[in-house]
Amino acid sequence: MIDREQVRHVARLARLSLSEDEEARITEQLSGILEHVEKISALDLNGVEPTTHVIELTNRFRPDVPVEAPPREVLLEAAPEGDGDSAGFEVPSPQA
Amino acid sequence: MPASEEICRLSATELIAGIEAGSFSPAESIEAWAGAMESDDLNAFLWKGVEGGAEQGSGHLSGLPVAIKDIFCTSGIPTTAGSRILEGYKPPYSATAVERLTEAGAGLLGKTNMDEFAMGSSNENSAYGGVSNPWDRTRVPGGSSGGSAAAVAGGLAPCALGTDTGGSIRQPAALCGIVGLKPTYGAISRFGMIAFASSLDQCGPLTRTVADAALLLEVMQGQDQRDSTSVGLEAPIELPSSTDLDGVRFGVPAELVGGDVGIEVGVREVFEQTLSRIEELGGEVAEVTLPHAAHGISAYYVLAPAEASSNLARYDGVRYGLRVEADDLVSMYERTRSEGFGPEVKRRIMLGTYALSSGYYDAYYAQAQKVRTRIAEDFTAAFQGVDFVVTPTSPTVAFPLGARTQDPLSMYLSDFCTVPMSLAGIPAISIPAGLAAPPEGGPELPVGFQIAAPAFGEQDLLEAAHALEMSIGFQRLDQREGEGA
Amino acid sequence: MTALEPVIGLEIHVQLATETKMFCGCRLSFGDEPNSHICPVCLGHPGVLPNVNEQAIVYALMIGEALGCEIAERSTFHRKNYFYPDLPKGYQISQYDHPIAVDGRLGDVRVHRAHLEEDAAKLSHKGASGRIHGSGASVVDFNRGGTPLVEIVSEPDIRSAAQAREWAQLLRATLASLGVSDCNMEEGSLRVDGNVSLRPAGSDELGTKTELKNMNSFRFLERGIEAEIERQRELIESGQEVEQETLHFHPDDGSLTPMRSKEYAHDYRYFPEPDLVPVVPTAEMREAARAALPELPAARKERYLTELDLPEATAASLAFQPELGGFFEDALAANSDATPRAIANWVTGDLVAALREQDLGEDPYRSKAEPREIAALAAMVEGKQVSHSAGKQILAKLAAEGGTAAGVVESEGLAQISDDSEIDAMIDAAIESEPEAADQVRSGNEKAIGRIVGAAMKNSQGRIDGGLAREKILERLG
Repeated sequence: MIDREQVRHVARLARLSLSEDEEARITEQLSGILEHVEKISALDLNGVEPTTHVIELTNRFRPDVPVEAPPREVLLEAAPEGDGDSAGFEVPSPQA
Repeated sequence: MPASEEICRLSATELIAGIEAGSFSPAESIEAWAGAMESDDLNAFLWKGVEGGAEQGSGHLSGLPVAIKDIFCTSGIPTTAGSRILEGYKPPYSATAVERLTEAGAGLLGKTNMDEFAMGSSNENSAYGGVSNPWDRTRVPGGSSGGSAAAVAGGLAPCALGTDTGGSIRQPAALCGIVGLKPTYGAISRFGMIAFASSLDQCGPLTRTVADAALLLEVMQGQDQRDSTSVGLEAPIELPSSTDLDGVRFGVPAELVGGDVGIEVGVREVFEQTLSRIEELGGEVAEVTLPHAAHGISAYYVLAPAEASSNLARYDGVRYGLRVEADDLVSMYERTRSEGFGPEVKRRIMLGTYALSSGYYDAYYAQAQKVRTRIAEDFTAAFQGVDFVVTPTSPTVAFPLGARTQDPLSMYLSDFCTVPMSLAGIPAISIPAGLAAPPEGGPELPVGFQIAAPAFGEQDLLEAAHALEMSIGFQRLDQREGEGA
Repeated sequence: MTALEPVIGLEIHVQLATETKMFCGCRLSFGDEPNSHICPVCLGHPGVLPNVNEQAIVYALMIGEALGCEIAERSTFHRKNYFYPDLPKGYQISQYDHPIAVDGRLGDVRVHRAHLEEDAAKLSHKGASGRIHGSGASVVDFNRGGTPLVEIVSEPDIRSAAQAREWAQLLRATLASLGVSDCNMEEGSLRVDGNVSLRPAGSDELGTKTELKNMNSFRFLERGIEAEIERQRELIESGQEVEQETLHFHPDDGSLTPMRSKEYAHDYRYFPEPDLVPVVPTAEMREAARAALPELPAARKERYLTELDLPEATAASLAFQPELGGFFEDALAANSDATPRAIANWVTGDLVAALREQDLGEDPYRSKAEPREIAALAAMVEGKQVSHSAGKQILAKLAAEGGTAAGVVESEGLAQISDDSEIDAMIDAAIESEPEAADQVRSGNEKAIGRIVGAAMKNSQGRIDGGLAREKILERLG
């Protein structure tokens, strides 16, 4: 169904680091689930429209008018601690 | 003035009637319920606190406290979605559904425990510990709105909010012997409800009575500018009053209720009795066919994890919530997410990421969306011949804590009867229909009866559920305990 | 060996000049304090939902119409999933298989598609940090995050770096005329990326292409593409392969370096955005977009050529440089007696030179000269009320100090001298001051007359007509 290498690849895409144990367990569990799920692949659904929205709506827009936001301090304070000297959101440099 | 325990035996509608009649004040009601919440020994609450609701005349729900599933953002009040990754997070805004309740005068009564990010059917996936079923503390309350269901069933809250993606309101309501309503997709705004699977998530009430569900639905429903997928209902919901089912047609789908789908004997018995009762009330029972409904679980376990894998990408340690420090960016992401998410959430992120990844999209995601189309068409066809489709809510009664944690697939299958309605976006309610002994023996446990209606058919659904509820006369746990005391 | 032919396509990101962001009510910001225009929605807080800005749809429809595109009957949003700190939700909401506009044409280049999306936030390197040891830290400013963007993708119809620049300029002029964007390349409200490949001339196949980024002016766009064409040519001619990659252009030395990949595994896992419903442009919406279109640059150039009889280069520069064209139109509207051609020459010639001199960029409205005064000036010169060289002085004065043309003529005493005896005296003085030249003219060398005319002009401070002076000098020395 799905092998360890695929599980490692998917974990990288999802930004999850899995221990050896987790990797083994998830490989087995996903294979079991996929086996069940794959029954739908056998259905002949050619020409059937896929459903993204079960209730059909179109053209839901918002007027281009500014809306007041919660105080900036509240939004900035929610950030995990940076080094305290920047009014912003700090991350390890992606270039590192 | 009635004693606190008398107040805490009232349904929400009774409570409001009591306040209107001047029997007690909103403040007395709130105080009584705050005390009840404090006595929680089920681990039903993740945050215990009361906000508002005590003021006289602040709205027609004044004096009514509502327990809120911890998946709803509440401004300045901790909101974790049952996850470690949001430990300590205080949202800077409140969910529309919560705002509508508080604007109507209702109070907020704690934040209830839940499966992490609403992923689970037993509440055992909470990062903050499982919840006990008040009927039998060795058993699960169901999930993912397990805390809400246990709180209402256990007499800790008169009513609660939950969310339902594949059965997360109906199944715990069934397992705890209370009423749980999943409205039509879009009836209530999702804004501020932490997303699990956006195209399926819907907010709804868990209550002591069908009338209570109607009361809360009416306050919360309606289009919301901030949720593009919200529509609201065509007409205001009125409190249901029907007592008979004359000429009302109920369809039983063989695909969900047939002999080979793993419904427990006791559950089947209660279901059959309820069908007989429908006929006694003047209703008709017929077979209907939902040819693709049995594929619901498969489609659901592709679509929901796929959307979840994307919805949960924002938990990256940058702007809020948990961060596990690391020298480089990718390690920071990976460590934060690996330590912040529990095993079930990781499993579903993996499943969903895989289903969307290059080379697999058509086989999984696109195919599941087509199954979804077929299931919706099946319901439309069925509703040509009947007014409602009925099934047992859950194939089983509440199972023992730990019984299914090692086998995710068996856990997933407990949503077998509730998932098709979620995929079709139609409203469905679970009402307590009786008791049944679990297969492994032990005291009898509640069995839920699910009624599903066409989209936006909430009023009719509530009327039918009310008539049936009146006839069944199910004795809630708090009523039994009240008698015993 | 067969000659190699460049095949170039452009991808242009245009920031829309709406009041608020694409999916939330935060104002757009330009150089404001970092993280001063943020809210739970554009920070991707739990539970928030996107909400489409109606004006962004209007602008996108206008762009689609202006580029002659087919407007989609039903247009949808997708999620493009990848992790990066400038992407708060872990996905970008963008249009994928149902863009709002497809299959258009601008000038001689076909437009593949135009679609709506949201801009990323701004990530800046902060240098070493005490807390995040070793590697340094970056800071995210979410002000830009969520700004509405339209991405326009051309077909690979372009065959040279110069053509790429010209087409990009035409596109910029077109977008600017719509008023849908500031179109400022340096500030990043217009970003042009190039896709470049080479193939044997006459072949139908496409070679391996590279993507060029960070060319933040038209000059750099041309230079970057030119450099890449050369680089690929050298590779191919020495038997090496071109690698598919993204290259970063460095304006300081014109070099190209490969960019580091954002993801170590590229897989965007696109799927339909469940939080947004389809955009179905109604007949009214489309009609409104068409009605809002001004005269477009390509049409304007045509009109300048045929109706106003402007020279090709003048017509192009007025039509494709929106500020200049607007100034010209305003000058025309002032209804002076000047011909359009004369006004156009003053605007594209001396006025542009004055702007350059004063370091005012390309916008004539930033100079002090009023359009109607430039028109008045052109009329005075054509009517011979002032000489051409006096006209130049007047223009310089208007550009630097403002005021009216008539006022400058008055204060500087630049009116043409009409009194014959005064002119004659000046001519005589000029001949006297240039005896050598006068002798040469007398002996038949007419070329030498220039020096005498020059002297006459100088003495009169340009207040006599050059032609008239010449005539009179010849009369005397003939």
